[in-house]
Amino acid sequence: MATAVEVHHTALTLRDHLPILQILIPFCTAPLIVFLGYRSLAWPMAFISSLLSLIIATMLLIQVSDGSYISYHLGGWAPPVGIEYRVDAANAFVLFLISATATVVLPFALSSVAHEIPCKNHALFYACFMLCVTGLMGVVITGDAFNVFVFLEISSLSTYVLVSQGSYRDKRALTAAYDYLIMGTIGATFFVIGIGLLYMTTGTLNMADMADRLVGQGGNRTVQAAFAFIVVGMGLKVAIYPLHLWLPSAYTYAPSAVTTFLAATATKAAIYVVLRFMFTVFQPDFVFDTHILVWIIGPLALLAMFAASLIAIFQTDFKRMLAYSSIAQIGYMMLGIAMFSVTGLTATMVHLFNHGITKAVLFMAVGALVLRAGSTFYDRIEGMGRAMPLTGAAIVIGGLSLIGVPGTAGFISKWMLVQAAFEGGYWWLALIIVASSLLAVLYVWRVVEVLYLHTPHPDATHTEAPLLMIVPMWIAALACLYFGLDTRFILDAASTAADGLMAGSAGMSEISSAAAAAADH
Amino acid sequence: MELSTLIFASMVLPTLAMFANLIFAKQANLRDTITFVAALLTFACVVAIAAKVGNTTTPQIVLFEVFANVPIAFNVEPLGLLFALVASGLWIVTHIYAIGYMRGNNESHHARFFGCFAGAIAAALGIAWSSNMFTLFLYYEILTISTYPLVAHKGTPEAIRGARTYLGILLGTSIALQLTAVIWTYTLAGTLDFQLGGILRDNISPTLLPILLALYAFGIGKAALMPFHRWLPAAMVAPTPVSALLHAVAVVKAGVFTMLKVGVYIFGIDFLAETGASDWLMWLAAYTIIASSVIAMQQDNLKKRLAYSTVSQLSYITLGMALASQMAVVGGGVHIAMHAMGKITLFMCAGAIYVATHKTEISQMTGLGRTMPITFAAFGIGALSIIGLPPLGGSWSKWLLMVGSADAGHQIMIAVLMISSLLNVAYLLPVIGRGFYRDDTANPYTGIKEAPLFCWLPPAATAIGCLILFFTAGSIVDFLMPITGLPQ
Repeated sequence: MATAVEVHHTALTLRDHLPILQILIPFCTAPLIVFLGYRSLAWPMAFISSLLSLIIATMLLIQVSDGSYISYHLGGWAPPVGIEYRVDAANAFVLFLISATATVVLPFALSSVAHEIPCKNHALFYACFMLCVTGLMGVVITGDAFNVFVFLEISSLSTYVLVSQGSYRDKRALTAAYDYLIMGTIGATFFVIGIGLLYMTTGTLNMADMADRLVGQGGNRTVQAAFAFIVVGMGLKVAIYPLHLWLPSAYTYAPSAVTTFLAATATKAAIYVVLRFMFTVFQPDFVFDTHILVWIIGPLALLAMFAASLIAIFQTDFKRMLAYSSIAQIGYMMLGIAMFSVTGLTATMVHLFNHGITKAVLFMAVGALVLRAGSTFYDRIEGMGRAMPLTGAAIVIGGLSLIGVPGTAGFISKWMLVQAAFEGGYWWLALIIVASSLLAVLYVWRVVEVLYLHTPHPDATHTEAPLLMIVPMWIAALACLYFGLDTRFILDAASTAADGLMAGSAGMSEISSAAAAAADH
Repeated sequence: MELSTLIFASMVLPTLAMFANLIFAKQANLRDTITFVAALLTFACVVAIAAKVGNTTTPQIVLFEVFANVPIAFNVEPLGLLFALVASGLWIVTHIYAIGYMRGNNESHHARFFGCFAGAIAAALGIAWSSNMFTLFLYYEILTISTYPLVAHKGTPEAIRGARTYLGILLGTSIALQLTAVIWTYTLAGTLDFQLGGILRDNISPTLLPILLALYAFGIGKAALMPFHRWLPAAMVAPTPVSALLHAVAVVKAGVFTMLKVGVYIFGIDFLAETGASDWLMWLAAYTIIASSVIAMQQDNLKKRLAYSTVSQLSYITLGMALASQMAVVGGGVHIAMHAMGKITLFMCAGAIYVATHKTEISQMTGLGRTMPITFAAFGIGALSIIGLPPLGGSWSKWLLMVGSADAGHQIMIAVLMISSLLNVAYLLPVIGRGFYRDDTANPYTGIKEAPLFCWLPPAATAIGCLILFFTAGSIVDFLMPITGLPQ
């Protein structure tokens, strides 16, 4: 393992510094935007920076697609003393999702932000946005437990600001941001307490090192407490039911571009952290041998799938409905974890990605509706599907993917989840999963009827959204359809990631040493 | 032309017609001509395929793989070819009829209507050519979604309610039950390919077999097995051409076709017969046949009556599968064609009556046969075919089903089919009797003439088709024989 690290370090090409560039580029863009201060420069800089991030994330994903991992030492300090960035199939996948979403959402943001936020704040908005991107990617890429906390705070603080920017449209954004701040801070505190307890027990902050030292510590109360603190703390950020209370308001009142970005990435990054801690830091045996967690996460996941979907059905605001649907969909991802099998975890990883793009489509469509209809209450968006045919069609595609109709991305994740249930012998669970997707039919179809079968509201502007909104929306919508049919990329990446996670930290180094051996020949 | 080219052409042509309708929304004549040409070409493709492969089963044409061993793939086999011939052939007739109906009735949103119609045909052909359950399921759902705008077409509260029931039941059953069954099958057998003799033998315990069959039987909501039949009467709010082609031919036949496919190629007839797993389904199908006939008798709305009649007739085909004897399955397959021809005639006549008189209730049609003789004559021929009287096509499928019942040792099903025929007489013939033989002095039909040419010609043609099918039934039976797995 150590020799592999040495090889990585002596090389001085740019390619070897990709892991740090992934973070540095957006991180440096943020202050640059503020210092230059030109409003007209803010957006191009943010866009170029996220495009570069996407390119880097793609390169990283290709490098680790064989199941190996990249270990990058910050400043040349070897772990466990120095901070390590560690990229494997699982987090390269999430990095790709985050940077791709940022790249697609930014063009959309240009016209949406111009409409929803006053001009003087634009530069600061994009700076915050880049900080948020940095934070989320940092949380995902780092291999250092404390570093996770640092990046978590970067992303959270910038998110609070971003959510509060919705106050120019609706003052309630301020209380939503405040709620989120309180809940997020409690979550982060819990998380850091957990890290502290782990540090106390193991004397290290490097995650791989921590994992080695935690082997056989299953009975240690401190470790158990640390685990509980970390899962609950992160659970708040993930919005695992019933820790979801901040989410509906934050999503509803944030500016459309922010909601789109957060819905597609923020909870996903948090789920990744939960996975990383459950499977790599704490060994899968520790987490699942007791079976306690399965019986906590499983029922909560089911509760989320049903309760949140039911609430979603009775919403009268499209955006709020989508927020509740997100909570329900997070339930699917947690259920995949609770089933504790490679197929189950693959389902979680696949859904992470597929739900990301699905929600991106829908929230971008929400942004377009806000622009034309003024708000997204059902009585305001009546008949808008006919006035805005492209936006309406995108909503239908996103909605079908949310239901999990074949030919859409959402179907693939549902298939994997049901398959995992059958393979695990939980045939009753399979029936429950499909039954919950019937609730999605109800809440999606309510919107479709409102959009197409009602007479339009007189105050709404009956023209299609600007091209800058339509193009990103349709890129995401076509991605929804494409990934519903061509599953090679997504299933390969997700199952490689799931294999790595299921093997725990030991499995990871075995795989990587095998890969390194293969590379030597 | 290559076989694969023909297969793809037959699915792509209706898809192109769909987009052409949306693009040329304003040019009505151009749009309708394009669709007509597309319909002709599609039918030509299917006929060319039939000429090329006959009743053999061709190898899979794999497009790409979605899950391990589960590709999007197509092939041609007798049952699918029959369904494709019926759907694409009747599309031409219905298109002509729909032009007359939509224009004669001053319906709105023609482009959306004809566009979705073409999309539904593309999906039906996709179902026909699917060579595994996954591909079939994909097109099954596309068919549901592309027909939703057609049911909700009028946009009235009643139409919206009907469309909601339609979508709710079809999407609900397929996602909740059929998808579960498909994934379960996949985890059991490791494949979803349609193979003669089934893929489940040795893979499933006999106690679970009826449960899996139930997931399929109820999950295929389009087969309208009770208690999931309510969508079909609800869909009658759609304009009549939709009821005619989709809810008498393409959509419902896609349902029973899927049912036959599952019985023949997923479970295997012999396997079902040996295990008796489908016995309960036979009784449920019998119940549906009788019960919906009784309900049909009570309907005064002509289209509703025909809808319940369809529910009853669809269960003939389900019954054929559930009996699990060679003759019964072939009878079910033949009934797809026979019932399609008969029922589309009835629906088109109902629509013609509506165009000419704007009457929907049977009680208002007294004496109407004398003013609209061609329409009512066509209706009479269609009705006799549904009842199953020679010399009309419907008699053969009923005959085969009875033979099949005897083969399977369930003679009681012969009685069920007999009673059903009598009930058919009771609810279909009074419509004609009322039209021809009773004078209604209080309601003189002044100014009412025969429906427009485009509205009466197609049902007249399909009525003659019913007659022709009687004489060609033998070749259809021979054509379908390979699905029984018997050496020829």
